[in-house]
Amino acid sequence: MLIEVDSLDEVDAVRAALADAAREGRLPDLAELVPAARTVLAAVRPGSGGLAALRDVLTGVDLNAAVGRDSREVVLPVHYDGPDLALVAETAGVGVAEVAALHSGVEYSVAFSGFAPGFGYLVGLPDALRQPRLDQPRTRVPAGSVGIAGEFTGAYPRSSPGGWRLIGRTDAVLFDSHRDRPALLTPGDRVRFEARA
Amino acid sequence: MRTVTIVATGPQVLVQDLGRPGFAHLGVPPSGALDAPALRLANRLVGNAESLAGLEILLGGLRLRAESPCFVAVTGPSASITVDGRQRGTHTPIHLSIGDELTLAQPTDGLRNYLAVNGGVAVDAELGSRSTDVLSGIGPAQVRAGDVVPLGEPRGIAAGADQLAASALPAELTLSVLLGPREDWFDEPAAQLRAGTWRVSPESNRIGLRLTGPALRRAAPYAGLELPSEPVVTGAVQVPANGRPVVFLADHPTTGGYPVVGVVPTSELATLAQVRPGTVVRLRPVG
Repeated sequence: MLIEVDSLDEVDAVRAALADAAREGRLPDLAELVPAARTVLAAVRPGSGGLAALRDVLTGVDLNAAVGRDSREVVLPVHYDGPDLALVAETAGVGVAEVAALHSGVEYSVAFSGFAPGFGYLVGLPDALRQPRLDQPRTRVPAGSVGIAGEFTGAYPRSSPGGWRLIGRTDAVLFDSHRDRPALLTPGDRVRFEARA
Repeated sequence: MRTVTIVATGPQVLVQDLGRPGFAHLGVPPSGALDAPALRLANRLVGNAESLAGLEILLGGLRLRAESPCFVAVTGPSASITVDGRQRGTHTPIHLSIGDELTLAQPTDGLRNYLAVNGGVAVDAELGSRSTDVLSGIGPAQVRAGDVVPLGEPRGIAAGADQLAASALPAELTLSVLLGPREDWFDEPAAQLRAGTWRVSPESNRIGLRLTGPALRRAAPYAGLELPSEPVVTGAVQVPANGRPVVFLADHPTTGGYPVVGVVPTSELATLAQVRPGTVVRLRPVG
């Protein structure tokens, strides 16, 4: 079932409500719970009849519920020396140093993951840093690159093609399948970036 | 430890089990055998639990040598198997003594055979699965000549089954497509799907079955519109900017920014593991 709502806050409300219900054992057949930008996918095991339970939980969801963030706070150290820093500063109408101050001066939350394992789409970007993607995507973005695109910021867990404007890099290991928590950033987490020399 | 040695491979040999569902919220694809019923059957034939890992062999070319006595079974499309030159069959347990060499030729139709060994392929699991995910790089490396493949402890009896035949593939494939969630982005979606004839593109892989043929037209209000990234499932028929549908297979990205016109039901996905490039595909809208 794909649940469509009007905002990222509502996505988070639906995701949190379904995750709570699953933890409480009310959705025993839930196989995947995947938030995205305006939708949440709730997949149940085929033939399990779990859709009825899902509908029951959904009718009780308060979309305006301020989600009680039981989530962790993650701090990502960033060297603000990305190849698109000058472009981003110019677009924002600020100096290069101010990009780092703007980007590291606010708290973000992980709206959803996708594109690659451990790639979190973080929201909370200051208006000046809401900028378009590159006209021509790079064929290779190094692992740890920190970028911005539209309403999102994020860090590439591994090297891959990518079209985000790159403002810095982090040494944090964003994804390691052998860790207890494979992804450093999971939906709902609060994130701050800390400027490093 | 019991092992088999890979002497030679064809275009691609991968370790696959039933995948790692449940991590899509972290951006991890489900992965797993594309023709899951074939892997399950191969496992049953050698007395394994259906979920154990085996080898997914694209277009044959596999030679392996038993370093310990073992039972193997090959399922999927019809293909010639020899053990030290003697002809053997698919869909039946084959006993290999130490040093026996099994050769699997290219299948006569279809693409992928599955080989199970009693005890299962016991490479290290990653996120609960031994499957190689070609999109994200999770799981073991592609199997290469010279690899020594570790096997688990056998727990069942390689009893086989009385009557089994390789499944034949239709010359033309008709796929059901459950319309939605974004069929309204397209101009008369059911009529467009019904009218079109596509072919399987040679650029298809474990991530998706790409189709060449008519481009699906967007409905006027959605022309040129961008869809905010949304979750996608295996079997989703995504329509990228060029209008040519892609059916997502096991190693598909977990979210996508193009509208999904419909979803191919799980029961029809196994066939998609086997259709060769050039095969004619029709899409039958339902629901």
